[in-house]
Amino acid sequence: MARMNMIQALNSAMDVMLERDPGVVVLGEDVGYFGGVFRTTDGLQRKYGEHRVLDSPISELGIVATSIGMAVNGLRPVAEIQFADYIYPGYDQIVSELARLRYRSAGEFYAPVTIRTPCGGGIRGGQTHSQSPEAIFAHICGIKVVIPSNPYDAKGLLIASIEDDDPVIFLEPKRLYNGPFDGDPGKPAVPWSAHPRGEVPEGHYTVPISKAQIVRAGSDVTIIAYGTMVHVAEAAAASLGLDAEIIDVRTIVPLDTGTLCESVRRTGRCLIVHEATRFAGFGAEISATLQEQCFWQLQAPIGRVGGWDTPYPHAFEWEYFPGQKRVAMALEAVMTAS
Amino acid sequence: MANRPRTRLHVPHPPARPGDRADFSYLKLQPAGAQPRPDVRVSAQATLPMATGLVRVLDDEHRAVGAWDPRLEPEVLQGGLRHMLLTRIFDERMQRTQRQGRISFYMRCLGEEAVSVAGAMALRPADMLFPSYRNQGFYMVRGRPLVDLMCQLLSNTRDMCKGRQLPVMYHWREGNIFSISGNLATQFPQAVGWAMAAAIKGEDHVAATWIGEGSSAEGDFHAGMVFAEVYEAPVLLNIVNNQWAISTFQGFAGGERSTFAARGPGYGVAGVRVDGNDFLAVHAVTQWAAERARKGGGPTLIEHVTYRASAHSTSDDPSRYRPKDEYERWPLGDPVERLKQHLIALGEWSEERHAALTKELEEQVGASWREATKFGTLGEGPRLDPDLMFEDVFKEMPEHLALQRDQLRAERS
Repeated sequence: MARMNMIQALNSAMDVMLERDPGVVVLGEDVGYFGGVFRTTDGLQRKYGEHRVLDSPISELGIVATSIGMAVNGLRPVAEIQFADYIYPGYDQIVSELARLRYRSAGEFYAPVTIRTPCGGGIRGGQTHSQSPEAIFAHICGIKVVIPSNPYDAKGLLIASIEDDDPVIFLEPKRLYNGPFDGDPGKPAVPWSAHPRGEVPEGHYTVPISKAQIVRAGSDVTIIAYGTMVHVAEAAAASLGLDAEIIDVRTIVPLDTGTLCESVRRTGRCLIVHEATRFAGFGAEISATLQEQCFWQLQAPIGRVGGWDTPYPHAFEWEYFPGQKRVAMALEAVMTAS
Repeated sequence: MANRPRTRLHVPHPPARPGDRADFSYLKLQPAGAQPRPDVRVSAQATLPMATGLVRVLDDEHRAVGAWDPRLEPEVLQGGLRHMLLTRIFDERMQRTQRQGRISFYMRCLGEEAVSVAGAMALRPADMLFPSYRNQGFYMVRGRPLVDLMCQLLSNTRDMCKGRQLPVMYHWREGNIFSISGNLATQFPQAVGWAMAAAIKGEDHVAATWIGEGSSAEGDFHAGMVFAEVYEAPVLLNIVNNQWAISTFQGFAGGERSTFAARGPGYGVAGVRVDGNDFLAVHAVTQWAAERARKGGGPTLIEHVTYRASAHSTSDDPSRYRPKDEYERWPLGDPVERLKQHLIALGEWSEERHAALTKELEEQVGASWREATKFGTLGEGPRLDPDLMFEDVFKEMPEHLALQRDQLRAERS
């Protein structure tokens, strides 16, 4: 086992797959010679050459479209969109093409493309470097959506995504790249080396897509979160001394409804936490599903915490971010309601 | 003050609207044989005269003239005539069928048959074609049984798309013809990616894609051109300039002050403007561009100057936006008639043989239709199982889709 931060774990996943499968290619803006603006592809072009790790023009549309064409011709592209906020020029190619190719051609053509993209805030990125767009991909039929919360899962899920024959949007919470983050920006940064999920095997392994993980077992309340908010939720629950069951969703689509419902039926209370804007956020889908399937076991209305329904503001980043206080207040509401 | 230059907004207008006399004086034409045929390794910039001129081979006396004459064997020309005629007869029959309410929608390629047929014939079977919805000639050239196409149009139990696509949105993996989207121009940069992969794998297959001049206004066109140029991808990028995008004339896509092919050299991509109704010219230019791509010379942008003689689709009525007699006055003639007359001039064809071929193909289309309808039509006969709706969204059906499939079964029971 090695100690890796999330960037190193993702780099290792691509390294492993470039080594194992000659069809795997990595492409994106700044990913080649420079190794990526977050260093995620550092050293890969040197190791595998310019035909396997390609710097691409600044065109998300072109990156997604050429990835589709490459995949149809037998390659397995891993495309990087530099920030999730930049993905929209490629959105039509994702929604109308990548997601539907298998369906519209009745399985004759398909495109196993993985689109990696850093998401989320907490890095002073303002409204164009902080978005969490998982819900707008979750609403599209035919595409899987994955979001890890730690280095071990990041590597295992990325390898699973690359090996998957369906297209995957792979969201990387960039605030977690260098260490777990509990939502308190005033505290000194914690490195992944001190965290158990910072232990990452060097070689090939997978974490299954479509499986949520109970990161902390508990009986008072179920907190459902993903990405950065898994860590914020853990800290918020601990601050209240609650015996909370905390579930890391890990895969948005296809959603592991079974694990979520099983937990909520046991605890009878549930809070859903995500960083994305709340209105029509993915929490709404989870909440509706739980209400349909666990209504008679619920002891309180399901709570939802998210970012405010505004763009992500530069100067008010920590007032916008759903930190421990907002989560704790929502938890108290869920615990006291009856 | 009155003469001070002011900003202005130019709104393009087609030269003629319904009731006006058709006017194609805007088209820059050149006589057959006027364009020299450069070596395939010529620089992209040096292709500008070809991109602004017009490559033509068949002259007004139906002779093949000039450096671009592909010197095809008579059997190849007869094969091309057969494919074009079959495309036309198939189109006519399917149009009628739609009018009878037996299919929901259809799109003809009347007048544009040479673009697809000559283009596909000049490429190799392993080359990948990324079509628009007006390239049915590919299927004739590559030999897909007509019954299969008809079953797709009928969305019946043998529909290759399992009932999921509008009529005409075919695909054929084995025949190397990509799935038609329905969204415009998306295939343009995808073809570039396919070609990049061929080069990465060290294969000498090329990709070719076709869009209309109207959809060349999409961002996909620009992205495709940039990626094609940056990686010098082995790809043929075709713009079928048929003058009309539904009611939008080619001036609204940027055709007023430049040819579409001339955009190529601007990107560093070779450009050729070709008479799209001249089977020989389209064949020759496609072969030239394919050879250039196969020899590492990179992409070529080809503009096919043609005319959309039919309506955009069965849902369109062109008499509301263009003169009725435009096609009769179209200066580049009819592609089927021109190849036929060329073969007759060569002594390799006759009116009798043409009539016999027409009859044979009509019978083939008729027999295929009778066969196809056995597998169901829109209104009658066997129907596809609605369970199929839930398959192929993903490779394996996830739980939520299985539940919805069961819910539909309950609804239908």
